[in-house]
Amino acid sequence: MNAKPKFLTVLDVVAAVMFVTAVSLVFFYAPLERVMGWVQKVFYFHVASAWVGMLAFAVAAVCGVIYLIKKDVRYDRVEFAAIEIGIVFGLLTIVTGSIWARPIWNAWWTWDPRLTTATIMELVYFAYLMLRSGIEEPERRARFGAVYAIIGFLSVPLTFFSIRLFRTIHPVVIGSNDPGAEGAFDMTPKMTQTFMFSLLTFTVGFITLLWHRVRLGTLADRIEQLKMKLQS
Amino acid sequence: MNGFTPFMRALGAVVWKDLQAERRSRELISAMLVFAMLVILIFNFALELESNIRANVTAGVLWVTFTFAGQLGLNRSMAVEKDRGCLDGLLLAPVDRAAIYLGKTLANWVFMLLVAAIVLPIYSVLYNTNLFIPGLVLVILLGSEGYVAVGTLLSTMAVQARTRDILLPILLFPVVIPVLVAAVKATGGFLQGLDFSEILPYINMLIVYDVVFTAVAFMVFDSVVEE
Repeated sequence: MNAKPKFLTVLDVVAAVMFVTAVSLVFFYAPLERVMGWVQKVFYFHVASAWVGMLAFAVAAVCGVIYLIKKDVRYDRVEFAAIEIGIVFGLLTIVTGSIWARPIWNAWWTWDPRLTTATIMELVYFAYLMLRSGIEEPERRARFGAVYAIIGFLSVPLTFFSIRLFRTIHPVVIGSNDPGAEGAFDMTPKMTQTFMFSLLTFTVGFITLLWHRVRLGTLADRIEQLKMKLQS
Repeated sequence: MNGFTPFMRALGAVVWKDLQAERRSRELISAMLVFAMLVILIFNFALELESNIRANVTAGVLWVTFTFAGQLGLNRSMAVEKDRGCLDGLLLAPVDRAAIYLGKTLANWVFMLLVAAIVLPIYSVLYNTNLFIPGLVLVILLGSEGYVAVGTLLSTMAVQARTRDILLPILLFPVVIPVLVAAVKATGGFLQGLDFSEILPYINMLIVYDVVFTAVAFMVFDSVVEE
């Protein structure tokens, strides 16, 4: 097994420093929002988590396509790692979103298009994991995973648009007016800077986690091979 | 142009085989039908299907019925292939894999449409609602096409996994949500007699979904059946 690359150690440190900086920016640099107060600060991490969740899915889908063309198992490892990380950040998004929603919309949850699509995306991720765990041969598992990652990824925008159509053409009978209207706010330059930095921090964090997870996956595969060699 | 005729012939052969097998055994259609009737029965108790509220929920009840019955058919259709070694036989034949995919999809589509053709009149009679609207037929055609296009691909994968029966719904339902949403809204629109321009966005959504996913499934099917 290769020794941990120096660049990865550097990246670890950079990611850690960026996280600490981002948290300080959020609490000490960004101004307090007039209407929502402290709970608005969740937004900096919530949107960044959502962004990473979608990025992870996109990375997985692209790796899926490349794997089907090239049959190089390294792309399968990256795809699997990306989906796992995507699940975590997806859950983070939903939880932070609920935390924000409770005081602002007076509800933990609404069936707004974005929330619904986020939930469905998370379910697609879980289905992907269940698919992989149900197949024993590594090569078939990789192929099926790639196919489902592609299908799942393509379905997400269509799901979003269909639900948005569903919610806008007919008036909302149950519940208050359009939730997007309440809780929207304009960002001052300081807020925008904090937001952008937070986005960047989470992206760097994603790359770091992905790299670590891919290394773990490579190790795990190597152990599988050794086990099979021992058994034969 | 050279490969077109053998392709169509292979496609036709696969469809013919499935329809013939079904005509003799009737196991898929009967299972799907009985299941559909049971679902409608359960809905009778689960939801208030009294006449005044019914108009709103009929579309939903119909499509939930189709979704669950359809999934049953997809599962059985592929499981039968796998268990009797038909799938291996098909794959050994010197035909384009995509022809096999399209053939299976077409056969599954026919089965789902047959079930719809029987469920609609029964529902109309049981609940005194007129469901014979041309728009409804269009929605069922488009909706079931998207459903079986993705369903055939995913059932081919699910049937090769250990957890085969439970895996197909888990894989299929999240991905097929756009079809469900658009189909329910379009069906509801036609039943309420809405203007076609209001229903058109949903029809467009169904068409987009059908085109995108049939094309994608067509392209990746090879990867799902190779040994």
